[in-house]
Amino acid sequence: MANENFETTIGLEVHVEMQTNSKLLSPSPVHYGDAPNENTNVIDWGYPGVLPVANKGAIEYGMRVALALHAEITEDIRWDRKNYVYPDNPKSYQTTQMRTPLGRHGYLDVNMPDGSVKRIGIEELHVEEDAGKNTHGTDGYSYVDLNRQGTPLVEIVSKPDLSSPEEAYAYLEQLRRVVLFTGVSEAKMQEGQMRADVNVSLRPRGSKTYGTRVEMKNINSFHYVQSALEFEERRQAQVIRSGGKVRQETRRYDEPTKSTLLMRVKEVADDYRYFPEPDLSPIHIDQAWIDRVQAELPKSAGDRQVAYVQDLGLEQYDAEVLTQTLAMANFFDAAVNAGADSKSAAKRVANYLIGDVNAYLNKNQVELQDTDLTPENLAGMVKLIEDGTISTKQAKKVFEAIMEGEEPEAYAKAQGLVQISDPAVLTPMINEVLDDNPQSIEDFKGGKDRATGFLIGQLMKKSKGQANPGVLNKLLLAELNKR
Amino acid sequence: MTFNYFDKTLADLNADLKAGKITAEELTKETLANIQATDEDLQAFVRMHEDEALAKARAVDEKGDFSNPLAGIPMAIKDNIATNGLETTGASHILSGFKPVYDATVTTKLNDAGAVIVGKANMDEFAMGGSTETSYYKKTKNAWDHTKVPGGSSGGSAAAVAAGQVPYALGSDTGGSIRQPAAFNGLVGMKPTYGRVSRFGLFAMASSLDQIGPLTRTVKDNALVLNAISGFDKKDSTSVELEVPDFAEKIGQDIKGMKIAVPEEYFQEGISDEVATQVKAAIVQLEAMGATVDKVSLPHTQYGVAAYYILMSSEASSNLQRYDGIRYGFRAPDAKSLEEVYKNTRTEGFGDEVKRRIMLGTFSLSAGAYDAFFKKAAQIRTLIIGDFNKVFADYDLIVGPTTPTQPYGIGEEIGDPKTMYLGDVLTIPVNLAGLPGLSINAGFNGGMPVGMQLIGKPFDEATLYQVAYAFEQVNHFYDQHPVVEGK
Repeated sequence: MANENFETTIGLEVHVEMQTNSKLLSPSPVHYGDAPNENTNVIDWGYPGVLPVANKGAIEYGMRVALALHAEITEDIRWDRKNYVYPDNPKSYQTTQMRTPLGRHGYLDVNMPDGSVKRIGIEELHVEEDAGKNTHGTDGYSYVDLNRQGTPLVEIVSKPDLSSPEEAYAYLEQLRRVVLFTGVSEAKMQEGQMRADVNVSLRPRGSKTYGTRVEMKNINSFHYVQSALEFEERRQAQVIRSGGKVRQETRRYDEPTKSTLLMRVKEVADDYRYFPEPDLSPIHIDQAWIDRVQAELPKSAGDRQVAYVQDLGLEQYDAEVLTQTLAMANFFDAAVNAGADSKSAAKRVANYLIGDVNAYLNKNQVELQDTDLTPENLAGMVKLIEDGTISTKQAKKVFEAIMEGEEPEAYAKAQGLVQISDPAVLTPMINEVLDDNPQSIEDFKGGKDRATGFLIGQLMKKSKGQANPGVLNKLLLAELNKR
Repeated sequence: MTFNYFDKTLADLNADLKAGKITAEELTKETLANIQATDEDLQAFVRMHEDEALAKARAVDEKGDFSNPLAGIPMAIKDNIATNGLETTGASHILSGFKPVYDATVTTKLNDAGAVIVGKANMDEFAMGGSTETSYYKKTKNAWDHTKVPGGSSGGSAAAVAAGQVPYALGSDTGGSIRQPAAFNGLVGMKPTYGRVSRFGLFAMASSLDQIGPLTRTVKDNALVLNAISGFDKKDSTSVELEVPDFAEKIGQDIKGMKIAVPEEYFQEGISDEVATQVKAAIVQLEAMGATVDKVSLPHTQYGVAAYYILMSSEASSNLQRYDGIRYGFRAPDAKSLEEVYKNTRTEGFGDEVKRRIMLGTFSLSAGAYDAFFKKAAQIRTLIIGDFNKVFADYDLIVGPTTPTQPYGIGEEIGDPKTMYLGDVLTIPVNLAGLPGLSINAGFNGGMPVGMQLIGKPFDEATLYQVAYAFEQVNHFYDQHPVVEGK
């Protein structure tokens, strides 16, 4: 709390780029990181006479997010034009859903830092197109890249239910997780796939009316959002305490000074001259469509965590780590489905993913889906460990191999990385060793436990390290007792 | 000059091409020569595409396939319809030098049919006007009287056909821009049902009103051209996914028992005696052919012009915002900042009428005015649609004049926008309701043609052609030609 005399009111508008194959209104591909203007065509460029065609896939992606946030889906979507002139906006209007947002009245239950759960209302969600990008060169020219132009966005508008920078941070983290698990976006902050507009105002504690709000646009880091809000709490409190009035203005976050700087004062509201988009026909969403999307909606991170803990006996912490990304969670689920479905096998799979696999990904700077590891092979290796075919020590080599796409059982066989667990093989071996070491038998019978350690060592040597220690121990005791 | 299209229908030309009496190349050469001789005076074309036309004609000859009724036959296209690689400007300075890298869907369809596009017809700048006087490039004359306007905005298309330069031309119609110049030049002009013809590649003025359509001398020719350009287009989501009939299928059928409605509002104040007399006489003829004619009311007609000018200008103000001098077309040469690029380019690039409509539309959409202007206009549009629906519950078509007056003198009314706007009073409601509307020559008064408008049910263009043909065949007004002087 910045000051115990004031209440903070925060509302967030979060834009998420949805990774459809093609753009919202043109057939150009949606792809990050290509050469400037590679993914554009005359529709993106706003040439005379060209027409938009709405991508229903983008509507469906938007529906996934809306449903994941428990929003009501609007039955008939009509498009609107939002008019403004800027070089990265070639048509000079943005196609959006002002009157009929795709979803309304949703909510998100957020795990707050103090352990409580707070329900944050979602005012509405709508699908719209992203703008291009302007960059200002040092050569005196400005450059326009329209690759991003027309990328479908879903804008998620929260109710002003957040009352601290920490809550805002927790909301954003949770929202990102929800979005990730709809599969519509990787929501990579550094690539601008998720950006937040922040509205914040202060009012004296107990006051019924909100204070004047300040807006900060396009912040693409949750930490920056929190830091900007912390600064604003202090700044606005100071303005009010010194008898001043907070102005309605747009500010921006300045990372080096961890402060916010004035961009412009809003004397009058922007007039975007919204009106119905005449180039697009309305889209009707029937219940069957909603039902299908709902049915195909991937299970949320929260639901998966519960299942991992309750059904598979994982620790909550492990369950949380596994649900950091949809790819990791899907991989884990697939490995469980591929046979690692006992509690101990699931635990082993989880440990590998959280430990060795993550280490591999970090070391090689790759994504899980870009490696040659398959859920089947990971489950296969765990199965070999579980049934004693290989030891955990041997598994280290097998793990390296399955990361390169090898099939674990075939690889272990080929490499001779197989434990000997068969009593028919081990028992004669034990008797040979016992026959050669009568003193150890005596020692054993005399109560010296150390004697078995020596014998096991001899046996491991004899089996070239392949004897299954557990089985070996059991058989050795049995044979010793026979003597 | 000897060569012209006065006495040749598309069917005649097709027969000659099939029989080898003339080649497409010869026909194109004759056409180009005639245009060169006559257009210095008429000024129907903003731009000729001679080389491309001849190349296309040769290609059609080489293929030797004249099964398509348009194959190898020259035509003109309005300057707001994109042609790949060929300058297309909407008769605006702001698009000077602009060569689209794509074809309009109608252009593609024409090319596929083997049509030979000889050039771009003049028009009002961005189709904003009713006299073709707002063109940045030139003023086209009425084919019948060179002191008079050809109408607009498709005035170049109309004059070129009326003067026998080409057998047909494409125009576009947002509030009457095909039908009014057709009326002023004694032609058949069809504004198809909204959604019948793809708008992809048509430089948008008002997206919810614009439609492309043909101007021809005869009804049959018109139906043939509409056959070629109609149909659903996945690139235009407002085009309608409907089977395209043969629009000529009802041509030749009699009109006995056809139920015709004549709105009393279409003969009220502001309609000249000459026009009223001529059209009433034409309606008597239709009755004589067995149609039943009743007076009806379209009570919201009087609000159409006001509603139209708000809706049209609102959409246009948004559609024309893209002309910013950054990516294509004209850019003011001396701009020193982004702001100046925008301001100077648009100040120098747009003409007065375009600026007037941009301002009107920008105002109508602004936060303080939206409810009183745009929203109200949209409500009036709904009422006008309701008027038509009521009449069409009982009638097959509506008949009245196309325009309140006959063609006026060049320069006579351009200074008075309000009078100009009122000239669209009879055509505008058809666009607002998205209906098909056809203008046909109802005869001459004082040596100048008078247009009669037939308005049909949605997607019932075939009935309009049926009735228009029946009327045309008892009058043969198309046998009369303007005097065209070549050099």
